Amino acid sequence: MTSLTLVRRIAARPSIVFDALTTAEGVAAWWGPQDLPVILAEIDARVGGAYRVRFRTLDGLEHEAFGEYLEVVRPERLVMSWRYAFGGEPEELGRTSRIEIDVRAVDGGAELTFTHAELRNEASRASHDWGWTGSLAKLARLLADTAREPHPV
Amino acid sequence: MVNYQHRDLDRVFAALVDPTRRAILARLEREESLSISAIARPFAIKLPAVMKHLDVLGDAGLITRSKSGRTVDIRLSPAPLRAAMDWLERYERFWSPALNRLAAYAEGKEAEAQASEAAANQTGAKSE
Repeated sequence: MTSLTLVRRIAARPSIVFDALTTAEGVAAWWGPQDLPVILAEIDARVGGAYRVRFRTLDGLEHEAFGEYLEVVRPERLVMSWRYAFGGEPEELGRTSRIEIDVRAVDGGAELTFTHAELRNEASRASHDWGWTGSLAKLARLLADTAREPHPV
Repeated sequence: MVNYQHRDLDRVFAALVDPTRRAILARLEREESLSISAIARPFAIKLPAVMKHLDVLGDAGLITRSKSGRTVDIRLSPAPLRAAMDWLERYERFWSPALNRLAAYAEGKEAEAQASEAAANQTGAKSE
């Protein structure tokens, strides 16, 4: 199951981190792959509520993602569906994926675990336990060294 | 170059979820090719179970088999792994900087909250 998990330590209490995830002001401050202002952020962070975020990338293209909140447990858990209205990678258009965010209090602040997974079956659970960015990345680096081929386009 | 579909990627990730299969891949990465019995040797599982794992890896395109005499040589086929890594990297490039900005924003808010709490404590102390 295709999924990506990222973990960040943040020197802020969980409720502040959660607000940054669930308010329009917060989302507008960080969403998107590049350091460009978010054009639009509409956030209704309750179960069944919707969000819509439009942002621009450095190539000048506009992208708009939207989805629905599936779980909202302040200040520790947020699950939402994710879909591009326009923009994004061509292969992503019309596909719905899932974003799961867990916020846990730790010494000195919060630990945020962010997972972007596809929404097609529940096998994704098993894959989260492993943490792709660790051993897979290592293995893939080794492989990249042993057998170089042009990248798939 | 093969264009990997999401279905194929799913198969790769599903194959990688299992620790025995990852161990097999890691060994194949170190050794150029191995016979099935050589692959099975370090594991406390029966040969048919190993064969099943090899089927999963084969279906995901992660290994290739070739017959040499009476033995079957198993080799690593790294392209699907690289396609999986490309997928992960694309999303990581998207989310990783965003999460850094999220952290910076929340940390700014935390500093503001602490400053206003400190100010409130001071006025509280003064009024007593």
